[in-house]
Amino acid sequence: MEELQENQALHSAPFDDDDFDDDVISEKGMKRTEDMLLNMGPQHPSTHGVLRIVLDLEGETIVKATPHLGYLHRGVEKLAENSTYPQIVPLTDRLDYVCSMTNNYAFVRAVEKLLQIQLPERAEYVRTIVAEMQRLAGHLFWLGTQALDIGAMTVFFYTFREREVLLDLFELLCGARLTMSYYRVGGVDRDMTQEIVDRLYRFLETFPEKVVEYNTLLETNRIWIARTKNIAVISAKDAINFGLTGPVLRGSGVNYDIRKAQPYGVYDKVEWEVPLGKNGDTYDRYWIRVEEMRQSAKIIKQCLDRLPKGPIAVDLPEITYPPRNKVMTDMESLIHHFMIATRGFDVPEGEVYSAIEAPKGELGFYIKSDGSNKPYRLRIRPPSFIHMGAFDHMAKGYMIADIVTIFGTYDIVMGECDR
Amino acid sequence: MSPIAQKIQERFPDAFVSSKEALGELTVTVRREKIVDVCRFLHDDPALDFDHISDICSVDYPNEEPRFEVVYHFYSIEKNHRIRVKARVPEDDCAIDSVTGVWRGANFLEREVYDMMGIVFNNHPDLRRILMTEEYDEGFPLRKDFPVEGRGWRDRFEFLGEGK
Repeated sequence: MEELQENQALHSAPFDDDDFDDDVISEKGMKRTEDMLLNMGPQHPSTHGVLRIVLDLEGETIVKATPHLGYLHRGVEKLAENSTYPQIVPLTDRLDYVCSMTNNYAFVRAVEKLLQIQLPERAEYVRTIVAEMQRLAGHLFWLGTQALDIGAMTVFFYTFREREVLLDLFELLCGARLTMSYYRVGGVDRDMTQEIVDRLYRFLETFPEKVVEYNTLLETNRIWIARTKNIAVISAKDAINFGLTGPVLRGSGVNYDIRKAQPYGVYDKVEWEVPLGKNGDTYDRYWIRVEEMRQSAKIIKQCLDRLPKGPIAVDLPEITYPPRNKVMTDMESLIHHFMIATRGFDVPEGEVYSAIEAPKGELGFYIKSDGSNKPYRLRIRPPSFIHMGAFDHMAKGYMIADIVTIFGTYDIVMGECDR
Repeated sequence: MSPIAQKIQERFPDAFVSSKEALGELTVTVRREKIVDVCRFLHDDPALDFDHISDICSVDYPNEEPRFEVVYHFYSIEKNHRIRVKARVPEDDCAIDSVTGVWRGANFLEREVYDMMGIVFNNHPDLRRILMTEEYDEGFPLRKDFPVEGRGWRDRFEFLGEGK
């Protein structure tokens, strides 16, 4: 820190004869050779939030990169200890706000594991469909912004066009576009109507062509290749040792996808593949995310084809909300709704760690319950935070201009990283 | 007892405290003095092969002795199994050895535990606060005796507390 301040003082002052020590002036006169500390963020357009990085530089090469986190720390884990289980669902929306529903999913699955309840089939199908739509939205967002950060602006407009269609569908589904709180412990909030199913089918008809379109913009684009190939390389062994997950780990060729390893929802009932990279660089991760979009579209299509009829939540009135249309017309349902919204429900004593494959990686919830209606301890395992732990390792030796690519490659969202 | 827990007990009879299997998850409690040895064994043993670190967190039990519990979650990519390892840490000697030598990913996770719960990790390469500011001195937020609304500059103005 002191070193930084010294350096800042040195660089902020206008050039003055006193700033130059004899040893940093070469014989030719003005050549300076000392290392430099460069502060990047917390306000920087490409950090996707408030991330600050202090870079040790030797010329333009990065010697050391120190991330300074916590600018978006809101104490979600502490807040959760003082909220009832249904109240925590909206809190989880604010973690990874680009893919809010996957956070809901991870949380409600952990609670359901403690409660030991089985969901009706339709609820599982709807959950899987919505989680994959959310993955599409997340990857589209990543692709657009990553390209934008690197300098290809066009892709952004193309990917956000499709993301918009998905957000409209989310709005139709639950009334919100970003922080959706759609999942409930024991089921989902509203049923998927025929209109949504039809519109989703229409979207899926054209989506594969759209993916081809993005690829024509990037796949063989000289600048894109030059700025992503062999950038932020990490070997499979290091990636595992650092605890990386998701596309970052799979980019190094490690076959670990929770949807396959410990299937949940209906992922074991549909056909799909896990795309794997070879070189562990940013280009491979780009390829994986694009391929995952194709696989997600495949999963959604199969789920829609098989979507069974039936209830969308378990029949346990002490846990689930009453049907929405009844709440405003029926006194008992109103009281019932009020009780769940305010008091919540008791969860048996025990502890559980439950993880799902979020678009960013393994999103896990560790819940320690003492038998009351609030968790005794709720721990979120955020993929972005753990990815930032490997940042110094992955950034070493690259140029300043690559920094933007390197934190883009994690698909980092600070809301989840700082919680 | 599950075969993994049995293996740990055979290898570390003096460090093993208890094991439990509930909801399909295995939990092994060990003494904190041996945590690095146990973790190295879990990581290196070919039959266990816990090469991937999922998480490190901590739980506060103010009415129990020892007060704190550090909870580790490990996963094996090859064998596809998980384990939860726990170690108790007392309040008066609030420290445990760091496992950064085994998994480098433990670095940030241990910093967070230190930041939120105040547990010191011996031999950690860079033990600083990570989510709170480095000069934050009002305590450790995730401890149960820390108020939810936080302690901060607003507590220094007396009139804000009036009427409570």
